[in-house]
Amino acid sequence: MKSILRLSVNGKPREDAVADNTLLIDYLRDALGLTGTKQGCDGGECGACTVLVDSRPRLACSTLAHSVAGSEIETIEGLSHAGNLSRLQRAFHEHLGTQCGFCTPGMIMAAEALLRSNPHPQRAQIKAALAGNLCRCTGYVKIIESVAAASATTELSA
Amino acid sequence: MNAPERKVVTLAPAGLPHGVGARLPFVDGIEKVTGTARYTADLPAGGALFGKILRSPYAHADLLEVDVSAALALPGVRAVITGDECDMPYGVIPIAQNEFPLARGRVRYIGDPIAAVAAIDEATADAALALIRLRVRELPAYFSAAAARQPDAVLLHDNKPGNIERAVHNEFGDTAAGFAAADLVREDNYECAEVHHAMMEPNAALATYDAERGHLTLWSVTQVPYYVHLTLARCLKMEAAHIRVIKPFIGGGFGHRTESLNFEVICAMLARAARGTVRLLQTREETFLSHRGRPESHIRMKLGMTADGRLTACEAEVVQRGGAYGGYGLVTILYSGALLNGLYDIPAVKYDGYRVYANTPACGAMRGHGTVNIRFAFESQLDVMAAELGLDPIEVRRRNLLKAPTDTINGLKVMSYGLPECLDWVEAASAWQARKGKLGKGRGLGMACSHFVSGSAKPVHWSGEPHAVIILKLDFDASVTILTGASDIGQGSSTIITQVVAEVLGIDYSRIRIIANDSAITPKDNGSYSSRVTFMVGNAAANAAENLKRILVAAAAKRLEVDEAEVVWLGEAACSVADPQRQIPFAEVTEEALVATGTLTIKGSFTCPAEFQGGKQRGGAVGSTMGFSYAAQAVEVSVDLDLGKVTVEKVWAAIDCGFAINPMSVEGQVQGAVWMGMGQAISEETVYENGHHMAANMLDYRVPTIVESPDIEVHIVESIDPNGPFGAKEASEGPLSGFMSALAAAVEDATGQRFRALPITAVRVFDALNQKTPAARPAASAEGAA
Repeated sequence: MKSILRLSVNGKPREDAVADNTLLIDYLRDALGLTGTKQGCDGGECGACTVLVDSRPRLACSTLAHSVAGSEIETIEGLSHAGNLSRLQRAFHEHLGTQCGFCTPGMIMAAEALLRSNPHPQRAQIKAALAGNLCRCTGYVKIIESVAAASATTELSA
Repeated sequence: MNAPERKVVTLAPAGLPHGVGARLPFVDGIEKVTGTARYTADLPAGGALFGKILRSPYAHADLLEVDVSAALALPGVRAVITGDECDMPYGVIPIAQNEFPLARGRVRYIGDPIAAVAAIDEATADAALALIRLRVRELPAYFSAAAARQPDAVLLHDNKPGNIERAVHNEFGDTAAGFAAADLVREDNYECAEVHHAMMEPNAALATYDAERGHLTLWSVTQVPYYVHLTLARCLKMEAAHIRVIKPFIGGGFGHRTESLNFEVICAMLARAARGTVRLLQTREETFLSHRGRPESHIRMKLGMTADGRLTACEAEVVQRGGAYGGYGLVTILYSGALLNGLYDIPAVKYDGYRVYANTPACGAMRGHGTVNIRFAFESQLDVMAAELGLDPIEVRRRNLLKAPTDTINGLKVMSYGLPECLDWVEAASAWQARKGKLGKGRGLGMACSHFVSGSAKPVHWSGEPHAVIILKLDFDASVTILTGASDIGQGSSTIITQVVAEVLGIDYSRIRIIANDSAITPKDNGSYSSRVTFMVGNAAANAAENLKRILVAAAAKRLEVDEAEVVWLGEAACSVADPQRQIPFAEVTEEALVATGTLTIKGSFTCPAEFQGGKQRGGAVGSTMGFSYAAQAVEVSVDLDLGKVTVEKVWAAIDCGFAINPMSVEGQVQGAVWMGMGQAISEETVYENGHHMAANMLDYRVPTIVESPDIEVHIVESIDPNGPFGAKEASEGPLSGFMSALAAAVEDATGQRFRALPITAVRVFDALNQKTPAARPAASAEGAA
């Protein structure tokens, strides 16, 4: 059964007829074409689908779309502003925090949630915040460096 | 429109900002961090049918009947196919093709594809699969190499007695004399669990069949679009010219996607049967079942050593559980033997290898193909014997170094060898002499060495073509477009190729675009496997750029009205020796170069000379390469002596990659390789229970999380290989295989226990620490000789 889902995605209010059993990831990818959010596992194992729901990280693959009605959803596509990379996007790009790139959107969204609540995290805090996001390419070393670099950027601009 | 500002180019710039040696972000990195990179599952395909595969619930059975009539009759179903759709076996090795995209007559593992449907949506596809009726006769199934080798075992493949896919026996040098000359001979058994690539992107394919023209286009996650192209032509019995294969962004591979995989062929067959477009998304579980990982291995390792630590002989026996089909198996079992050589100077090496069929998903190539498990056994044995002789682990390795250039006893060429410098750095960086054996209980340090090929000098599909081809297009807009078939799978090959072209031409990076992996546009490439791309495609790119530069210099000479020898090439401009102030910008040089000929397409290629293609013995081409990478690493661990949990605290890894075309990328490759070795060493293993994969998800298959992952400090040694592009060799596979034994040594340093079975889990460590006789130690024997 479909019902009307009202929420905001990357700052744009939406009103869509969505089946009650539709997962947030399928709503974003199939209905809205926001394919930056990735499905890397069969549910809740890898973190590749991490999006922000009211600034908090959430696994879109394990979230019913209707359960976040009224919320502000942010995906990787919403992070860059006026065509420029966000601080985390730039840091992941310039410090090679991304290799194959498949975990990257989820990784950056999880890191974004961290930096919003803790602009200058310690290494252990970065690790704790990204513990649910698997990466198979980098060994995480340059991911940690990227997040640290982005948080340093915040410091400079603050 | 404003004309771009004209810049004056200075003579002899000190290092190009975007040439080789620069720490550049990836050319496709912005797409990855913004979410605009489209992977196969992201490709828009409005109206595509939904494909789904019916997989065998039986580990081993004769397939008597597959009744799809009810499924076909279901409304919304557009195609149902079975083994009848394709009677051509396929496989990556031309002489060992024994797999069908959909099973014919026999299923050999739980998960073997039997039938597939294309339907209007997922629910209909699921309903159709549920309507397919199977009639089978179950057969005895074997889940270990030992069980499959029993004398009365049913054969998985009729032409392979004893279920032995391939046995390899060879001896180079006189091992009997070597052992007789040794002061210490020691033989031990080692075990390695099967591991899987677990790249982050699940498998996916999209196929569209143009029924009017009889043409097929396939988008897939492959590392080697060329193999997929060949396999589609073979299995669908189509003209290769009627097929187009495109590789979009792909989320890693690590060898899983080197072979053509059944789902790719099934997707194409479904599209043809449905006369339309089919999207086939594989679950993570199905991706695990496609497998092609590193086989469960039993290794008997015997080494002879003099009292001062010189190796006198090596004798190794390897048994690999290869799974249900051939795949890359014979190459894996050959590699394990061949690459006993090339790291150290060993006068005699005897090798016996057995690749065994079993009723588990087929193994294949995985990062460090064939070398990883045997390197664990070899390096571990080296450590144990060094300890018995009172020698330092680093020192014993120093006493067995090669001197490049040299030929190994099995006919491999070692042209550059930076291992001594790797050892020096690791020793200093880890403060080895001050800390090894002195960290106290529960903390330890270990080290090991490893190596890998920079591409196989003789590809398995030997066609007489060059090993790599690159095309450069220069057009009226003064842009250079690189066309390559080399697959960027996240390792950064497109970036490396672009840096090479930028370096040779000296032009601005922003003029260069790279287009990769569309068989309708880009030249054929042998693909991304065996770490061949930097070396081979890098050389082809340099060659193409040099060919283009010659034309540009001639054009500049014409425009400047001087001899070509008088032209000073500045990249973004040219001038004459006599008049450096009168500069012709690149756009003008291009204009001159295109006079009377138009758009330029310039080819470059690279071929490995025959003398590099290995020894004359059967299988001698395996392991042959023009350049070996070398690595040494030290690993520091802490061990929870109550719970047995091993934590890797720090890794120091040194890599001789010849020359770092992109040092940041080399660091990333080394860190990723070392870390992947860590997963195999401490937590990763596939588990089968009566043939059922018990860990086919990212929770039970324990890939290390960021919390468990250490800092990995990388040091680059540049030995400047005589044949690599700018001296470069591979950097991404060699560093992996040293990790396990370095970790085992560190755990021994911390606990006094030597573990000879992987992974070294908390359970294994706990058991060993709580028994007087360590259970984790397989039967060992030690004997003095001579």
